[in-house]
Amino acid sequence: MKIEHEDLVRLYEDKLPALILDEIRKEVPSSISKEKLKIVLEEVYAAYTTAKINPGECVGLVSAESIGEPGTQMTLNTFHFAGVAEMNVTTGLPRIIEIFDAQKTIKTPMMEIFLNSPHNQVDTIRKFAAKIQETLLGDLVSEYSLNIFEQMLRLDFNQSLLQQHDLSVKDIVQLLKTKGKGFTLQHDDRSLTFIQKGKSEDVKDLYNLKEKLRSTKVKGIKGIKQVLPVKRENEYIVLTSGTNLRDILELPEVDYTRTTSNDLYEIFEVLGIEATRQVIINEVYKVIEAQGLNIDIRHIMLVADTMGATGVVKGITRYGVVSEKASVLARASFETPIKHLINAALEGEVDYLTSVVENVMINQPVPLGTGLPGLITKMK
Amino acid sequence: MVDVYVNSKYVGTVDDALPFANELRDLRRQGSLSEDVNVYATAQEVHVLTDEGRARRPLIIVKQGKSLLTEKHLQQLTDGEITWHDLVRQGVIEYLDAAEEENTLVACSEADLTPEHTHLEITPGAICGITTALVPFGNYNQPSRLIIGSKNQKQALGFYAANYHLRMDMDASILHYPQFPIVRTKIHGVTGYGEHPSGQNMIVAVMCYDGYNMEDGVILNKSSVERGLARSTYFQPVSAEELRYSGGLIDEISIPDKDVKGYRSEKDYQFLEGDGLIYPEAKVSEGDVIIGRTSPPRFLSSLDEYNLSAAIRRESSISLKHGEKGVADLVVLSENEEGNKLVQVRLREERIPEIGDKFTSRHGQKGVTGILIPQQDIPFSTSGIIPDLIFTPHGISSRMTVSHLIELIGAKVGALAGRYVDGTLFEAEREEELRKELLKLGFSEDGTEVFNDGRTGKQMLARIYVGNMHYLRLRHMVANKIQSRARGPIQLLTRQPTEGKAKEGGLRLGEMEKDTLIAHGASLLLKERFDADRVVVPVCEKSGLMGYYDFRRNDRGISPLFGENSDMSDIEMSYAFKLMLDEIRTMGIYAKLNLENKY
Repeated sequence: MKIEHEDLVRLYEDKLPALILDEIRKEVPSSISKEKLKIVLEEVYAAYTTAKINPGECVGLVSAESIGEPGTQMTLNTFHFAGVAEMNVTTGLPRIIEIFDAQKTIKTPMMEIFLNSPHNQVDTIRKFAAKIQETLLGDLVSEYSLNIFEQMLRLDFNQSLLQQHDLSVKDIVQLLKTKGKGFTLQHDDRSLTFIQKGKSEDVKDLYNLKEKLRSTKVKGIKGIKQVLPVKRENEYIVLTSGTNLRDILELPEVDYTRTTSNDLYEIFEVLGIEATRQVIINEVYKVIEAQGLNIDIRHIMLVADTMGATGVVKGITRYGVVSEKASVLARASFETPIKHLINAALEGEVDYLTSVVENVMINQPVPLGTGLPGLITKMK
Repeated sequence: MVDVYVNSKYVGTVDDALPFANELRDLRRQGSLSEDVNVYATAQEVHVLTDEGRARRPLIIVKQGKSLLTEKHLQQLTDGEITWHDLVRQGVIEYLDAAEEENTLVACSEADLTPEHTHLEITPGAICGITTALVPFGNYNQPSRLIIGSKNQKQALGFYAANYHLRMDMDASILHYPQFPIVRTKIHGVTGYGEHPSGQNMIVAVMCYDGYNMEDGVILNKSSVERGLARSTYFQPVSAEELRYSGGLIDEISIPDKDVKGYRSEKDYQFLEGDGLIYPEAKVSEGDVIIGRTSPPRFLSSLDEYNLSAAIRRESSISLKHGEKGVADLVVLSENEEGNKLVQVRLREERIPEIGDKFTSRHGQKGVTGILIPQQDIPFSTSGIIPDLIFTPHGISSRMTVSHLIELIGAKVGALAGRYVDGTLFEAEREEELRKELLKLGFSEDGTEVFNDGRTGKQMLARIYVGNMHYLRLRHMVANKIQSRARGPIQLLTRQPTEGKAKEGGLRLGEMEKDTLIAHGASLLLKERFDADRVVVPVCEKSGLMGYYDFRRNDRGISPLFGENSDMSDIEMSYAFKLMLDEIRTMGIYAKLNLENKY
């Protein structure tokens, strides 16, 4: 668009949102005449006004019905990735409930890790995946031998697993140097032996050592239980079961602009409320699309906005969004009425009957739709 | 060494499992062991089962690839020289349970027999139960449709008992002209279906007619119905007894006196004879008393015995409920177990098929009558055939009940040739043969015929698939279910309409239905809909509590806190909310209404 026309576009600043104006600036061909640009702006303005929702339209309830009704048709609660054990994803209604209730611990935490090129290619992706997968010493050991008379503990390693993780016994010895206090460490290329220094009658020390070693992290990132490299369009990404967004984002190979987790609270802590809102929308929409249902995304956006409106994540539960309602009667009509009534009485709360549920209860017109407008006349 | 268990209890060991098990089986076949014993052997253990509760089924025993059931046996059976039990006793047929079946190899037909086989099915149709085997050509269908079909048959009206006119069955119906199906299965003969038939053979056309049979509807020929098609009689018993109460008081069956508490009107008792019972063949309708009865007053304390007003008896007659009608068919006077007088009256009502009555074929293709069309308006074939029932073609494609289509051709052949057609599971007459026979009888071999519209006389574009079918009238009749209400009884506590047909209740506009009205913004319509329990309550402006108007003091408003000296305003609210305010007050919470002028 020519700079001369900018004045004309400016005129619409009060009428149209900045995002739409920017788009017009970008999309309109630079050779456009002033008259034609005016027509375009008028057309856009007309379309924008018709798309706006009327005052008194019951958007929340329409959203609730639009999500709730298709929800009754949802089937298939989990989704499995072929070939990978213990890698399944909660989908369907259970997942929707999980998100809308903003549950602290979700059933299947997952991450999608995008990598910067050149790391996002076939040959490098496996290496990266193996690098981040949390590996405990116990996973690599094929046999523990506890010798009480000699007071020693021998660990035999699974050679193929060691190779898979690109580790040698020497590497492990490096890691374990600090762990075996009071023990001397011997090793060959397949096993490790801890021998207790001095005599001790207590077998417990050896046993405790074994348990400690078993849960020692050898490599990887805490919480990443499973990794699965998959192809997504032109690049390879890593899907994980188990999340640790903070540590993953610190890795230099990771494309931090696209990497996400499906854990709302983790996103909220690392990236903040706006990101959380987007994750809610994405995650819910993913489920709905997977079920082959068709729900307008704006319904989900409205729910996500409601959940994040206070700056922290609030679920659609009696502890979350509902507890924020101004009306005592509205709160009491949703779960645990007695608690709300008593607390309201203690505080001397007043219900101004400004919303829907209260007015249905006392059988007065609800302030929505035809019940919204009032008539003002001048009395003589 | 192999362990032996009798009814899952360890009893000992034998050297080899199989020879031992076979020996036991031979003993059973010879009759030395009970027929009810079953033996199950694995390489490790032998189980002998003699306990109750095992489902067992009969099979023909096979030795060296030869069935033990011979032509001689069959001849003897037909001549009536031997019975089924003789075959079991002779070791030709034995009953196996689920466990022993694991040690067998069962052939479906005699032609399949090899030396490895141990048993032979009596008929391959034995995989079905009796009701399922009543579905003709059942092997052409999905099992789920067979199940639905057999369930539907159980609900069919028919001739359920020959002594029905002496019985007092609840909710019983008799079909007026039941017929034996033209397409039958062998089970129809074995179970004596001719003695208790249900359903009738109807002319069925598979087509549409102005959409009156869409979504599983059926269209009936009104003229056929007037000639008695699918007509039935509905019986319903009404009973009353003279109960005894403490203090030697007793109910009395008689016409109530006029001074009885709760006396209805004289007209309501018009059908009662001197003994308080209705006379047979009286035509009764809603509200008419069938058995007149009075009961002693309630809560009679000893002091009141001499009180005259307390001696008034209570009316407790049995009358017809809302929407019911009928004819008193049979009046029985007898006694119950305690020796109290017991009266039973059976009501009879003729049920002519009407819109909303349910019909089904034997293939799980049920439908509800959408319209009754007079004969002159119904489409007819060029050969002059007028269907009794019009079935929708859309019911076939998704349900894939092929047997429904084959029965139609089969029964058409049967009706034209004057014979019964066999539709037994797996052994039915072949479809091709039926088609050939139909062609020989002078009809199109695919069962279709050219039809004309009865209203315009115009020939229809498509050829219509038409034939005979055995159709069943199901016991779900609108007459028992129809209900409507504009005003009516309300609940005492909430002042909201009652629920359910028996209480003449309304249909609830529930939470989700309420949401739809809100979503439409129809806020005033919603208020109007929920006005059923509307009340206007005087509220004290100062205390915010609900008061009342005292008519003894010039309708002065009385506030519960400030008495007469307060301004009261009439406030409109739902009674349910008033009730909630009361309940909140019982919790010790002062729910104050802050009044404010709306304008």
